[in-house]
Amino acid sequence: MTLENWLLRVERLHKHFGPTCPDCHRLTGPDNGRSRCPRCGTVWACVDVNIQLEAGEVLGIVGESGSGKSTLLQMIYLALRPDSGHIWYRDEGEPARDLVSLNRYEARVFRNSRIGIVYQRPELGLNMRFSIGGNVAEKLLLAEWRHFGRIRARTTELMVKTELPPERIDDEPATFSGGMLQRVQIAKALASRPGLLLLDEITSGLDVSVQARVLDLLRRIQWEDRITMLLVSHDLGVVRQLARRTIVMKNGHIVEAGLTDQILEDPQHPYTQLLVSSAL
Amino acid sequence: MNTLLEVCNLTKSFTLHLIDGRTITPVRDVSFSVSAGEHLLIHGRSGMGKTSILKCIYRTYLPTSGSIWFVSRQFGRIDLNQADENVILQLREREIGFCSQFLRVLPRVSALDVLCEPLYRQQMDRATAQAIGKEWLERLGIAPELWQASPITFSGGEQQRINIARAFIARPRLLLLDEPTASLDEATKQVVIAMIRAAQAEGTAIISVSHDLSGLGPCADRQWTFQPAR
Amino acid sequence: MSEKIDQLYNFALLDEDAKREIRRKLLKAVALPGHLVPFASRDLPIARGWGTGGLQITLAIITPDDTLKVIDQGDDESVNAVNLRRLIGRTTGVATTTDTASASLIQTRHRIPEEPLRADQILVLQVPMADPLRWVEPNLERATAMHSESDYGKMWVYMYESVVRAGDLRIASQYPVMVNRRYLMDTTPIPRWDVPKLHMAETLYLFGAGREKRIYAVPPYTLVEPLQFEDYPFRTEYQPDQRCARCGAEQVFLTTHFVPDASGGRWVSTCSDAAYCAKRLAEAEALL
Repeated sequence: MTLENWLLRVERLHKHFGPTCPDCHRLTGPDNGRSRCPRCGTVWACVDVNIQLEAGEVLGIVGESGSGKSTLLQMIYLALRPDSGHIWYRDEGEPARDLVSLNRYEARVFRNSRIGIVYQRPELGLNMRFSIGGNVAEKLLLAEWRHFGRIRARTTELMVKTELPPERIDDEPATFSGGMLQRVQIAKALASRPGLLLLDEITSGLDVSVQARVLDLLRRIQWEDRITMLLVSHDLGVVRQLARRTIVMKNGHIVEAGLTDQILEDPQHPYTQLLVSSAL
Repeated sequence: MNTLLEVCNLTKSFTLHLIDGRTITPVRDVSFSVSAGEHLLIHGRSGMGKTSILKCIYRTYLPTSGSIWFVSRQFGRIDLNQADENVILQLREREIGFCSQFLRVLPRVSALDVLCEPLYRQQMDRATAQAIGKEWLERLGIAPELWQASPITFSGGEQQRINIARAFIARPRLLLLDEPTASLDEATKQVVIAMIRAAQAEGTAIISVSHDLSGLGPCADRQWTFQPAR
Repeated sequence: MSEKIDQLYNFALLDEDAKREIRRKLLKAVALPGHLVPFASRDLPIARGWGTGGLQITLAIITPDDTLKVIDQGDDESVNAVNLRRLIGRTTGVATTTDTASASLIQTRHRIPEEPLRADQILVLQVPMADPLRWVEPNLERATAMHSESDYGKMWVYMYESVVRAGDLRIASQYPVMVNRRYLMDTTPIPRWDVPKLHMAETLYLFGAGREKRIYAVPPYTLVEPLQFEDYPFRTEYQPDQRCARCGAEQVFLTTHFVPDASGGRWVSTCSDAAYCAKRLAEAEALL
């Protein structure tokens, strides 16, 4: 029995960088322990990736750097075009759409309204020359909010929700701490009430206690708003706290997928066993 | 008898790829059943696979073979071994609870929020969930000045009360308790036994595992000594 | 009046190939209102930055039957306006005028004439900086991509920040507008007063940036909407009590200059459009 309530479905997604050669597939992949073909230099970042996100769930993607998880995230964010495959997105009560078929303009409009992203480094997600309020307001302005007072009110509301001091709405990002900037990114990502939130190594580089606060905030948002999240992390502890299901990537392939506690306590693939044993 | 869970020929093996692909099989061909409102205590020496049985039922472990039939309110009679991950997640949210030996929480999250988490997950609104949570904290004998503090700062007994209460608060139909009374002081033990009795009275089936019969032995309806697989 | 034509040069100075290239780019610009069209900006006997973009458009489209008017900051008699008028006059032999109504082709810097323009007239604007996104995106390639996707979120944040920092939309000139609800366009250094004149106008407006090598256009009857907030609307410089000290006009854009007198001097506001002011004075005199 299955529950048909998915929001995002990635089907046979491929992405490579390089010229390719007939030996690529034989020489790359998790069994060979590399994603770069030694003969032609092609990097196979994502090979036949299939994932499904249920509405309201948090899905974790773990893997070391170079496993293809960030490439996958960039493709779902529509910032990178896959070589082949489909990214289906389904709003409640609407037919599914293949996001791969959108042109650049449609992709941007879609991204602005449906997808929020939080990066590891705040300067990637924020404009450091704009005020905190301006950064959060950008999403609202893109969604054609044209009333300054209402934009301020919504921005303030988002700051309260993300535990930021609303009186600092006009301050520069440079005056905020790392943990606060992550919360500014989250506030910005949530501004347009997206259906999907992408989290790219968001707590790496934060102190443990600051990290905990950001994770707690995300959990609350997930419970309260039922927002679907895709969480990319190399930190199994972070994934355990947030994601109910997890996929494990290595050398561009998904090597294992399952319930997060099962992945951590009963890993099946040799690589996952290695990952878990070296983390705990 | 109103059978809620039926475990048939359950076997669980682990293949340890990091140790030359060695296989170990802590659970071999195990069968038993539990009825609504019944408390089954599985006991046996530590490290013998009792916990593995619970984890197979909860699907933290992937059973190697066998069936685990559960009579679900939402999905009817289903085999937990074969069920879709999303079905398992639904069951965990609404019907099957698991209580581990240790409380694992995020720092800075208040005891009240930790306790209420299963209710938040069910999308119960915050105020209602917290009202229920406060009742529980009172019953557990946790001083109100601690409710907003993180359980990390609590004593072992207090932490364990929160941990166990968290499994009960969502009122699951099947509760899996892993060594719930290990390292508990006498007072806390009595609190836990009272919780178990109250849940049973509401029709919750309970499977607990323990290496020690003195703890929950007196309150179990049935005891079963687990014989480790060869 | 008409300058003596100088036979040393091709008609309108530029060679025919150059003119054809500019005309083609103009057609593209008209077809895509507000879109920046790159063109091969030629060297001219005046330095870039002194109106070469507007001049090249004028030279490319002028015909012997045209009547030309050149204004700089609203004034036909400023040095730059006089020089440009002479250059165009001597290489084409066309009639020149200072009267807006009798001109068929008007080249201008910083102003749109106060007298309403007609469908049979063309206004050519000299543009110093063509791309409004330069304020928020210094990288030209990225700015081009933003235009192509109508991605103007950053520009809106700029407007938002303007209100946050100044308490209002403090943009004196070069006010950004959306053209045909598609392209964000710079209005060149025309004052806010002139911006509404671009909206659903009868006249063809052509913009040339010689240094930046860009041409763009607002064809007649095109939507030109300033960026604004509902609660912080776009406003012109108009003051309710304003009045030209010379001709008495109220609904005009004024410039302020210092007039020395026996008691030390005072600030006087007069029409920025000198020809319009002169025309009103002449009409008033004729009535007397």
